[in-house]
Amino acid sequence: MARITAGVASSHVPLLGVASDFGKDRDDYFGPIFAGYDWTRAWEEAEKPDVVILVYNDHASAFDMKIIPTFAIGCGERYKSADEGWGPRAVPDVEGHPDLAWHMAQSLVLDEFDMTIINEMDVDHGLTVPLSMMFGKPDVWPCKVVPLAVNVVTYPPPSGNRCWALGEAIRKAVESFPEDLNVQIWGTGGMSHQLQGPRAGLINKEWDNMFLDGLIGDSDHLRRIPHIEYLRETGSEGIEMVMWLVMRGALGKSTRMLHRHYHVPCSNTAIGHMVLRPDNGEGLDMTGSDVTAIAAE
Amino acid sequence: MITEDPKHQDIHEYLAEMEDIPGTRVFTAARARVGYHINQFAMSLMNAENRAKFKADERAYMDEWPLTEDQKQALLARDYNRCLDLGGNVYFLSKLFSTDGIPFAEAVSTMTDMKFPEYREMMMQGGRSPEGVRSIKANEAAAAAKKEDR
Repeated sequence: MARITAGVASSHVPLLGVASDFGKDRDDYFGPIFAGYDWTRAWEEAEKPDVVILVYNDHASAFDMKIIPTFAIGCGERYKSADEGWGPRAVPDVEGHPDLAWHMAQSLVLDEFDMTIINEMDVDHGLTVPLSMMFGKPDVWPCKVVPLAVNVVTYPPPSGNRCWALGEAIRKAVESFPEDLNVQIWGTGGMSHQLQGPRAGLINKEWDNMFLDGLIGDSDHLRRIPHIEYLRETGSEGIEMVMWLVMRGALGKSTRMLHRHYHVPCSNTAIGHMVLRPDNGEGLDMTGSDVTAIAAE
Repeated sequence: MITEDPKHQDIHEYLAEMEDIPGTRVFTAARARVGYHINQFAMSLMNAENRAKFKADERAYMDEWPLTEDQKQALLARDYNRCLDLGGNVYFLSKLFSTDGIPFAEAVSTMTDMKFPEYREMMMQGGRSPEGVRSIKANEAAAAAKKEDR
């Protein structure tokens, strides 16, 4: 059977894509940000996930104001990088996993999550930046991707509680897929940032770190944070963090942290990144020590 | 820090709270409706051919869209706070930032009371503190209490 072996959280600031694509990722400004992902890139090489369920939001790229799905799942064969106004990023196409994605879509609908099914779309920085952060610059992405898009642009977005519950249903869907697959789930976006109005530039390190702390262990208090708290404390775009809760919900009752990174600023945004293991007796390596073995090779 | 179960959220209270944040226009349904054509116009700039057409004659390009005169003026002036008031959303407006070839953060800084270098320096120093910009009502109550003290 397929199983979820890890959860990864990461910001998806578009400027990180620019830094990666134009070789600025080790300069004075971006170096400290990318260095926080070095551990994860080595770890991913050891983990070799077959599929990543990538929870992200579209930023007016595939979805305009005509259609606004709250939860959408990509069931297509492949996805191209979107032209966000600068021309498309020069990154590999993203290969889907239609078998798993359709299985998830069916299972989720039966579990009363009324998903929108997407067969064709372009994917923007929300999806391709996390791939660059975790995998660097390969000619082909090393795994397949099931895009899971969440509306966090037009209010109201789904509640944190609903996102967490969707994660729980995703876990169930993955575990009922017959093929042996090593599946990771990534929650992307955030952390604190505000891109609009006179209050733009808001950052809240204290709150962000409270949120990071809350992802670890067996507490589920983060699912009850109301939208207004994200808005007041973390800026109008900090609401993206509800997408991390889809990831967290999919890891079961308890988690253990393998890696953590936090940095301010990247453009307007606080960068947060965490690697988590589900810690419910799954028998996974809980030390992350594979990374050291890979590094020694 | 954690409030009531979100299941008990009243929609009117929810929407009122959205308007209680200083210097922030939350992209609610009301704004989404008013700004529909601003955002769809901005979306059209994702296409290289449209970007070229727009750059050649901004006014003529916008005249092809059912925008109000206010909306056209705000867009021509790149007055992004005004665009937000008229229903624009920053992710859609960002297509205009890229058409103009200016960094996202620079466009964002024009909505604040800072010039870009100053804004960038604020970000380097850890960003804007949420202290004092969480709630319009709380700020008003604090100001009233201060007045009474005198």
